Amino acid sequence: MKASILEVPRGFWSLLVGMRVTLTQFFKPVVTVPYPRKTLPIPARYRGHIVLTSDPETGRSFCTACKLCERACPSDCILVDGVRLEGEKKKSVTEFKLDFTRCSLCGACVEVCPCDAIRFSKNYNLASTSKGDYVFDLVERLKAEKKQP
Amino acid sequence: MSFLTAEPVRLLLSLVCIMAFVGLNAAYLMLAERKGAGRIQRRPGPNEAGYGGWLQPVADVAKLLSKQLIVPPGTDTILFRLAPLMVISPAMMCLAVIPFSETLVARNINVGLLMVFSFGSINVMAIMLSGWSSRNKYAIISAARVVSQDVAYEIPMLLVVITLLMMTGTMDLNEIVRQQAGGFWHWNLFKVWVNPLMPVTFVIFFICMLAETNRAPFDMAEAESELVAGAFTEYAGMGFGIFFMAEYANIVLGCSLGTVLFLGGWQSPFGIWPGVVWFLLKLYALIFTVIWVRWTFPRTQFYGLLNLSWKILIPVSLFTLLLSSAMIKIF
Amino acid sequence: MIASNDIPSRTNPQETFVLNLGPQHPATHGVLRIKMTMNGEYVTRAEPVIGYIHRMHEKMGENRTWAQFLPNTGRIDYLSALHYNHAFVGVVERALRLEVPRRAEYIRVITSELNRISSHLVWWSAFLLDLGGFTPLLYAFDDREKILDLLEGVTGSRLTYCYFRFGGLCNDIDDEFIKGTRAFVAQMRPRLKMYRELVTDNIILRKRLEGIGPISAEMCRKYGATGPVIRGSGVAYDVRRSEPYSVYPEFDFEIPVFPEGDSMARYLVRMEEMAQSLRIIEQALGKLPPGPVMGKVPRVLKLPPGDYCYAVEAARGRFLVRTVSDHKEIPYRVKLRTPSFSNLSLYEEASKGMMLPDALALLGSLDLVIPDIDR
Repeated sequence: MKASILEVPRGFWSLLVGMRVTLTQFFKPVVTVPYPRKTLPIPARYRGHIVLTSDPETGRSFCTACKLCERACPSDCILVDGVRLEGEKKKSVTEFKLDFTRCSLCGACVEVCPCDAIRFSKNYNLASTSKGDYVFDLVERLKAEKKQP
Repeated sequence: MSFLTAEPVRLLLSLVCIMAFVGLNAAYLMLAERKGAGRIQRRPGPNEAGYGGWLQPVADVAKLLSKQLIVPPGTDTILFRLAPLMVISPAMMCLAVIPFSETLVARNINVGLLMVFSFGSINVMAIMLSGWSSRNKYAIISAARVVSQDVAYEIPMLLVVITLLMMTGTMDLNEIVRQQAGGFWHWNLFKVWVNPLMPVTFVIFFICMLAETNRAPFDMAEAESELVAGAFTEYAGMGFGIFFMAEYANIVLGCSLGTVLFLGGWQSPFGIWPGVVWFLLKLYALIFTVIWVRWTFPRTQFYGLLNLSWKILIPVSLFTLLLSSAMIKIF
Repeated sequence: MIASNDIPSRTNPQETFVLNLGPQHPATHGVLRIKMTMNGEYVTRAEPVIGYIHRMHEKMGENRTWAQFLPNTGRIDYLSALHYNHAFVGVVERALRLEVPRRAEYIRVITSELNRISSHLVWWSAFLLDLGGFTPLLYAFDDREKILDLLEGVTGSRLTYCYFRFGGLCNDIDDEFIKGTRAFVAQMRPRLKMYRELVTDNIILRKRLEGIGPISAEMCRKYGATGPVIRGSGVAYDVRRSEPYSVYPEFDFEIPVFPEGDSMARYLVRMEEMAQSLRIIEQALGKLPPGPVMGKVPRVLKLPPGDYCYAVEAARGRFLVRTVSDHKEIPYRVKLRTPSFSNLSLYEEASKGMMLPDALALLGSLDLVIPDIDR
């Protein structure tokens, strides 16, 4: 009986303490970022979809179409093919298709590649109205990148 | 120009102004609430429509007006259509007796306080009608809960007002404000030589006002919708908009009553230059507190709500009533 | 005209109706369907129906190599993905007897405890949203953003991490992470105090949670509930102490236990756990050894034939991975014993006779993540 009577002022005091907390928060600055008017910097290790890397001097991709990434991928997203050009020891990549609708960004392909030919990109705002836009042709992308770095 | 000061014209003009005041407040209080909630939660609140969000209420009203007013088949059509009207009219009518300043009152009758409380009960009936006429299992249950909540909280509210009435001796709201002239220590809130528990009385009044207007933390009616449908589920478009407006109109009414009764109405805290500015300042301070309370606390349970009223607020308000009557008798 | 069977009859107290808490919830539990047989306000029977998000993880385990199954582990319970990663790499390391460098173990513990804090913050905000308090969601997500930014800088992902590898980690942490984590620990302690003032001590919340949904220790044992559910019923069972793994024995932390068994006890267990996680992170950062983060791993992973298991204390309870190998590259069987499945199974018995809002508060206090139940 006594406890329940004492509970009333104590309970009321806890309400006032809570109100003080929200009032102090009221006067503090806003913590949200007004995206898309302002964007935040993307960390270096961010996992966007993979892209091919290239030799800065020759502009050719390092990929030798060894198909290790294709075998390592858990979701069967990668399709690689290449031909051995005249006078070279390793193959050069002719086709590298990534089906991004299945990719889980696990990083197995990036890690298993023996030539460091693939890396994560920082593209995060991908939006499209058709599913076909998400089958990336990475060789084409590399060529387009070369033209406009 | 003398016809402008003729009594019927003045009355009509002030009633139109009150309706405009209610409408404007309802719309912009909604924006103020969302912005206030945003600031409490460290985010901006609506800021896309218009510069800084000032056109957001216009966008909301335009959206509500553009929706089809569906009256579901099987409902009691007369009551269904009547309920929104019944919800908003008491708020507007009661604002006619609230003195915004010494001269700015639509109709100052000598039983102003009684009128406010008698019309306030129509609000409860209107919600019950809206739930009943919806022909929806959950709307009826929810409306029944609202009725028991509102009835339970009217009792401490009336007891508190009776305590105040014993002190002021009059029901004329403008007269009550005039009695609080002088510095802020003359306000009814601080008159502890008449009733030592006056601040407690004010707190009880505030809590009852929150419960009567179905605001959090007592919003079982509307927030019940997270689980089952609330009392207003079958209303589409502007029908729902009117319930929403009525909620804010009730808040304005409750807070202006609180200012008039406890905080000195249009009296200034320094004893000089009284006016409508002070009234509006105090009104909006109380409304800010209502918004502040909503975004701080979780919801009470239904039986917790009723327990609070019957087991805590009524004994305390009865006690303050006895105490103040004893003090008045003795001193 | 209102049909006579629409309104529950008040004259016949035995008449019940079925209220369907459908697969889509306004709150964030996930796709769980509960068929509640109600008698007026009171729940007579609450039957959970699961399977709406069954994604066949265990079947996928039989079709992929061990390395290819790793991304799946992050998706079973996405809120505490690193713990689930840990269990799976642990089972393979145990089978192959791989040496994990000490630095890798310490970083695993730091990131796992950060993940535990972020998972508890999500639980806290969703639970309060159920109860009607909208503001703590924003405060908790503000803190959680800091954790997610820290982990994003290290792993590259914000939610479904695939960071641990067999024998260590996929990459090392940098100074920015260490500085950021120290700053986070320093600012999180006052925030926890603010949460206590704003929510935990609040009389309205206490009235909502105290005495609601009592679960006895016996019921927990019967259904196999673990995690904060059993620790809120007075039993001090934590996998980090009873089946020690990784480097947890080297840290000094307490297991919060509350004997009352009601929703408030489970709530307090989780709030205390956040504070204890901060302690573990501080100690680990202080003792972080230098060195490599990846041990020696054979190129082709073929586990010796047999039955291996590994248990971790995930944010929701005890998560166990059991794998059966028949000396092929692909496991014969991957069994995932998830905590939310056992925690949900006691709901039917515990919610008998409760009022509906209380039954929902009980559901929230069990901290269920439905993909964890359905896998």
